[in-house]
Amino acid sequence: MSSHHTPAHVAGHTASKARADGLLAAFEPRPVATRCGTPSYVVAREVVHDALAALRAGGYEVLSFITAVDRLSIADGRVPQGRARFLLVHQIEVLDTAEAVRVETELTEADATAPTVTDLWPGASFMEREVYDMFGIRFDGHPNLTRLLMPDGYGHHPLRKEFPHQGIEPDRLYREWDERRRAQDPSVPPEEQAPSPFQRR
Amino acid sequence: MTTRADHPKTRQVFEYAPGSEYLDDPVQGELMHLNVGPQHPATHGVLRLEVDLDGETMHNVVPVVGYLHRGKEKTCETLGWHKFFPHTDRLDYVQPLLNNTAYALACEELAGIEVPERGQVVRVLLMEISRIAAHLIYLGTTAIDLGAVSIFFATFKEREKIYTLLDAYSGHRMNNTYIRIGGVFADVEESVAQLFDEFLDQFPAAIDGFETFLTGNRIWHDRNRDVGVITREDALAWALTGPNLRGSGVERDLRKVRPYSGYETYDFEVPVGTVGDCYDRYLVRIEEMRQSTRIAKQALARLATTKGADVIAEDRRYVLPPKDRVHSSMEELIYQFKVVTDLRLPKGEAYHAVESSKGELGFYVVSDGSSNPVRCHIRGPGLYNVQAIPLLAEGRLFSDMMAIIGSLDFVMGEVDR
Repeated sequence: MSSHHTPAHVAGHTASKARADGLLAAFEPRPVATRCGTPSYVVAREVVHDALAALRAGGYEVLSFITAVDRLSIADGRVPQGRARFLLVHQIEVLDTAEAVRVETELTEADATAPTVTDLWPGASFMEREVYDMFGIRFDGHPNLTRLLMPDGYGHHPLRKEFPHQGIEPDRLYREWDERRRAQDPSVPPEEQAPSPFQRR
Repeated sequence: MTTRADHPKTRQVFEYAPGSEYLDDPVQGELMHLNVGPQHPATHGVLRLEVDLDGETMHNVVPVVGYLHRGKEKTCETLGWHKFFPHTDRLDYVQPLLNNTAYALACEELAGIEVPERGQVVRVLLMEISRIAAHLIYLGTTAIDLGAVSIFFATFKEREKIYTLLDAYSGHRMNNTYIRIGGVFADVEESVAQLFDEFLDQFPAAIDGFETFLTGNRIWHDRNRDVGVITREDALAWALTGPNLRGSGVERDLRKVRPYSGYETYDFEVPVGTVGDCYDRYLVRIEEMRQSTRIAKQALARLATTKGADVIAEDRRYVLPPKDRVHSSMEELIYQFKVVTDLRLPKGEAYHAVESSKGELGFYVVSDGSSNPVRCHIRGPGLYNVQAIPLLAEGRLFSDMMAIIGSLDFVMGEVDR
């Protein structure tokens, strides 16, 4: 227990566990141990939307964040035995108490789709777009599932473990634009002579 | 007495102005597509907005973000737990010490580290000073966007004093990186505490000064009242936090709801608005500066009574040894080397959020027990403040956009990460 585990925190976790246990009983939740004490459950993808709707109706009306975790090991390029590659995480909270709950969903690489929660919280829109952009997880029913941080037409999902930190072809979009430009007007100098903004000096 | 409309000069302008025949008949149904930013001084960084205008009225506002994306989360996975600290400074770069603390608290939660009493007090002092500095930026830049130039200099005069304070404390004006896992890097010396005290003594009078510029100012009222109204329900549904949520009348402050670093032992109040317009958000931030001053004063009083106590934990598995001992002891030097190059936090996941100047700033960290984090998700408030722009702006005049952007208060370093 660390020093920010005040009595308010501990009481919040206990109350939240009781509340979420009751609300989630119909969805076959699997409890997960967390280091911070927040009650956390894994539920199946088919029921995650209904589970979150039930929690919202039961008092968890603040959406804190939506994110994902890629469990691919960098060392051997494999996913740990018996686990799906992606873990989709929703954290929701009660407005005026310290109660919070995390709802997690396992998603395989072959079928990385999940239902959207933008109908419950419109503010989930950017969170889901970010997860799609970074991990390639698609959200069924999202009104505008486009990339958020990376440019449109970018071919990769940067927070997947196989994506290298230094990036892949950082100047690809520039080169394609340059080729199109020269095809239209052959008199402009070729790429070797036009300095690339991405060139290392 | 001639009214303005039939004054000969006015008539002359109307008669000879080209296109004046359209003045009574604005173009209906035809939208103009306008691109604002990413390089525009009033968008507070590299925010781009695509706006469809019908005359001066905004339809279909689309915020486009990502121009400052530097891959901070990926960088954390590569660099490791300890070396990520300087990168947190560069998220919301007007309040680096608050960002440091949020990240340190998440790591401490993961490792179960106890921060010494005095370390927590120093953190609270630095967090509240950072909050004041960030709100001063909000006040100055928002006012200058709406045409009030003098207040910008008044706020930056105060901010300069904070820079000087932090320079005296840490040796850096910006990007201090003085919070570590387990506590803070250095204690606040008595001479520095004296400087903090002097600043806090004169600061309430400075806030009164800002209020004489704006609170009763007719132009400020015209530009801000009933502009950018967001209801309580909408603010919650759109994941707004911090002063933007409290401006709509929701009394939710993580320092009260989920206290950390001993906030439950400090005496302060949480201001809330009633209408949820730009003016309410302004009033909330003004009052928050007063309350931050109050908290910082209490922290200083506690520093005076706990002189000489440790400011950083003694847990050598995860916590850096103090610098003077590193220079005199071989063992401590080895610990320092291990923590910097190969810090391994226990396997598991944790989330910890703090009330930053803009809202809920949290870090969701996942460790597999190796020196590289599996995941470090930065839940910054800024992205969701940007997301709410269309909700506030659509249907209003384009000139209200600057008031709305300013009052939502985001920093693109944190929005784009």
